[in-house]
Amino acid sequence: MGQPVQRVEDQRFLTGGGRYVDDIDPGSPALHAAVLRSPHAHARILDIDVSGVLDVPGVHAVYTYDDLAGPMAEPLPVLIPHPALTHGRTQYALARDEVNHVGEAIAFVVAEDRYLAEDAVDRIVVDYEVLPAVVGIDAARSAERLVHDDVPGNVGARLEQTVGDAPAAIAAAPHRLELDLEIERSACQPIEGRGTVARWDPDAGRLVVWTATQSSTGVRAAVAAKLGLDIGRVDVITPDVGGGFGVKIVHPWPEELLVPMAARALRRPVKFVEDRREHFISSAHERGQVQHVEVGFDDDGRLLGLDVEFWHDHGAYTPYGLIVPIITSTQLLGPYKPGAYRVAFESLYTNTVIVTPYRGAGRPQGCFAMERTMDAIAAYLGRDRTEVRAANFIRPDEFPYDHGLVFQDGRALEYDSGDYPACLEKLRKLIDWDGFGSFRRECAEQGRTVGIGLACYVEGTGVGPYEGAHVRVDTTGKVQVATGLTTQGQSHRTAFAQIVADELGVPFDDVEVVTGDTRRMPYAVGTFASRAAVMSGSAVFKAARRTKEKALRLAADALEADVEDLEIVDGKVGVRGTGLGIPLGTLSVLSNPLRYAFDEASKAATQFSVGDSNLPPVAEDEQPGLEGTDFYSPVHATFAAGMHAAVVETDPDTAEIRILRYAVVHDCGNLINPMVVEGQIHGGVAQGVGGALYERMAYDESGQLLNASFMDFLMPYVTEIPDAIEIDHLQTPSPLNPLGIKGAGEAGVIPVSAVIAAAVEDAEGIPITAMPISPSDLFTLREERRA
Amino acid sequence: MSEALHDVRLTVNGVVHEIRVPARRLLSDALRHDLGLTGTHVGCEHGVCGACTILVDGGTARACLMLAVAARGCEITTVEGLADPDGALSPVQRAFAECHGLQCGFCTPGFLTTVTAGLRRDPSPTHDRARDMIAGNLCRCTGYVNIVRAVERAASLQRDVS
Repeated sequence: MGQPVQRVEDQRFLTGGGRYVDDIDPGSPALHAAVLRSPHAHARILDIDVSGVLDVPGVHAVYTYDDLAGPMAEPLPVLIPHPALTHGRTQYALARDEVNHVGEAIAFVVAEDRYLAEDAVDRIVVDYEVLPAVVGIDAARSAERLVHDDVPGNVGARLEQTVGDAPAAIAAAPHRLELDLEIERSACQPIEGRGTVARWDPDAGRLVVWTATQSSTGVRAAVAAKLGLDIGRVDVITPDVGGGFGVKIVHPWPEELLVPMAARALRRPVKFVEDRREHFISSAHERGQVQHVEVGFDDDGRLLGLDVEFWHDHGAYTPYGLIVPIITSTQLLGPYKPGAYRVAFESLYTNTVIVTPYRGAGRPQGCFAMERTMDAIAAYLGRDRTEVRAANFIRPDEFPYDHGLVFQDGRALEYDSGDYPACLEKLRKLIDWDGFGSFRRECAEQGRTVGIGLACYVEGTGVGPYEGAHVRVDTTGKVQVATGLTTQGQSHRTAFAQIVADELGVPFDDVEVVTGDTRRMPYAVGTFASRAAVMSGSAVFKAARRTKEKALRLAADALEADVEDLEIVDGKVGVRGTGLGIPLGTLSVLSNPLRYAFDEASKAATQFSVGDSNLPPVAEDEQPGLEGTDFYSPVHATFAAGMHAAVVETDPDTAEIRILRYAVVHDCGNLINPMVVEGQIHGGVAQGVGGALYERMAYDESGQLLNASFMDFLMPYVTEIPDAIEIDHLQTPSPLNPLGIKGAGEAGVIPVSAVIAAAVEDAEGIPITAMPISPSDLFTLREERRA
Repeated sequence: MSEALHDVRLTVNGVVHEIRVPARRLLSDALRHDLGLTGTHVGCEHGVCGACTILVDGGTARACLMLAVAARGCEITTVEGLADPDGALSPVQRAFAECHGLQCGFCTPGFLTTVTAGLRRDPSPTHDRARDMIAGNLCRCTGYVNIVRAVERAASLQRDVS
């Protein structure tokens, strides 16, 4: 633990040996699926004519809603129900009689290859009655038109939480401010889109599904329920996944059900791999919110009351419930004590792609609201922005700190540990906050305009309910580890092997980790909410400890020694100070009393070789095998924190915004592998820069997505990312898990829009209230100021 | 009516392959699904992300923008052909591992081919030229910081070898 160990994943990835879902060979040649998607944002389907489709050579089947039966004909599940989601709506696997966004699946064609399947899709004729579309939060709020006829006001949910009487506290405060803020839509856009392969084995009556998911157990449960199969007959294997960032936690996507359904019906493996346009118009987006903040504060900028209302665009359906807006509403508090607090949101339907978590999951919006408020207070009082923040921090001696709110996991929003003043001090040093004034003057002399900004966040990581792990020592001494959550590039195989190697006392190279395979670990939740290291890391640690305890018991018996005198070093259990020892591989042999030998090693475990003939071969309360299974299930999340600062330069003519410096101070408790954590921060910051300066979903008023390609949706290349991302770590261990760790996966993205907005505002002297900000946007703001 | 098929002879990583494909079959699909060389990944199918970058007669090309029939007679190198015949990783591959220049690994083959060709043209790039070398490839995981380091490290490893 704590070492920048090189990744075990890399050898395969560097040589073309990765196995992503489209690389899977399902045994016999797969058929390929293509989907007919709605060209309209809102329409009734009057008729679907598929008569021309089966004439296309190589086409095997075409499915529409009418071909779905039983649970498949019901709407897709609301994965996370919530009492406030009074009007939850989900789509059907194939549209029934209405489509609610461009890209919604209508028909599913299976053919010899994808080219032929797409040819066949083109032959399907659909008669639509086009309905007016609801696009954008303003249109949803005005409710002149409805997305769903039976959802009044387009309001899926309204949720309010209060602590104290915020309106009264604000009214009585010495100073008051109001802010109106806005964040646009973006999306995860992993370079690998969604994909699913399924094979039905009629002899065994089993279904195998390979899918690019963040929750293999979730897909398994959904497929079993929808196809009417016992869950024991469904195996879901998550192969290498080419990035997730949230979009692959949603399940089951229609194709994750349709592919196995078709594979079973056609008795042939079936594959679906979406293309990039499909990803833009049928996979999930996030971020879009409009916010109104009212705040009351004292002469030091200390919050007395905070009252936030926001409107969250959740798109056409609500399969993921209210997770994103709940996170915004709770996590916007960051490291601060808000005084009295009231937050209310409406989660609104629009005729656009569904909105589900994208790295950060509502936190970037919440951070934007809080940090813009902090900057506004500092500007109003003429105080330094770091001072105002420091005045509001939860102090190190106030942990655990219970905000009195309910978090996204239904548990208390109770921060476990942190040291925000120390974090801020590190950031001030790293970015040279106090030296910026002279840098600004130097630049001004050269005719350059620069600004500095900062933002702070707290992130609840490692939410439950649980993760598990299985550790098994093979008779060769090699260690096999399985955990059920999935991997999309986070280096789990390396990090979890580090944990096991340390705890079990074996060489790192002897540990092999498998993730996301329900055959190996059927009890698991998934990879989201920066939870893998905390949840599976802790479960892996506990399972390794159980295995170690068993190894010590076996060795104590074999060596006739006391367990207290034993240690495991380099894969060998020894009696301290004696040189006596026994390899773990031998203990694995002895742990499994055998009737039949199959190799030299196993002879040692047969009935004439081992054991006291007066005792049962397997002791009471023991099981065969040198292995251990354990689970980790904390009461609530652990709260990581961090602070970012940036120096930007704005071009006086073109309004181009250039990031000159970017600094990160990050506290995710103890580090398993600092190299991996820094990589996560780099990637998060890059996505944050995309969200702050470039990425937006350009819907027109009819609900057409105008920039549904990598040519038009501007994701950062290296040229858009600051050359150096300066990082400093603070390590405040979590008391909630045995490793003292907190999640790190999402952190990098959270404060970036707030930081860049603050820096641009500082450079230009113009309030920045909406992100992302393009050069055109900044140019327009300058023009408005002049006018 | 079935599609007309065309005989295409491709030389990939030094091995000659004969395939029969429709004229519209993309080179990326031919490499991946007809030849089983699945290391070349497809991210956007419109030539923007660079994940499918291969070397065609030594220069970089986007396999999703070429038809298989157009690659007749070309010498193609994919990620599977970058390591030495004995399996030893090339300096570029080693540098990516050392510098943690990859996370999910999906865009990585396109970066490796791009940098391999780039360092042939410019064996000792300045820092800015190292950044420019990868400026046409998208990565959603790494934020590019460690990829730029990997380019510089690869240049250094290559100099040590030569």
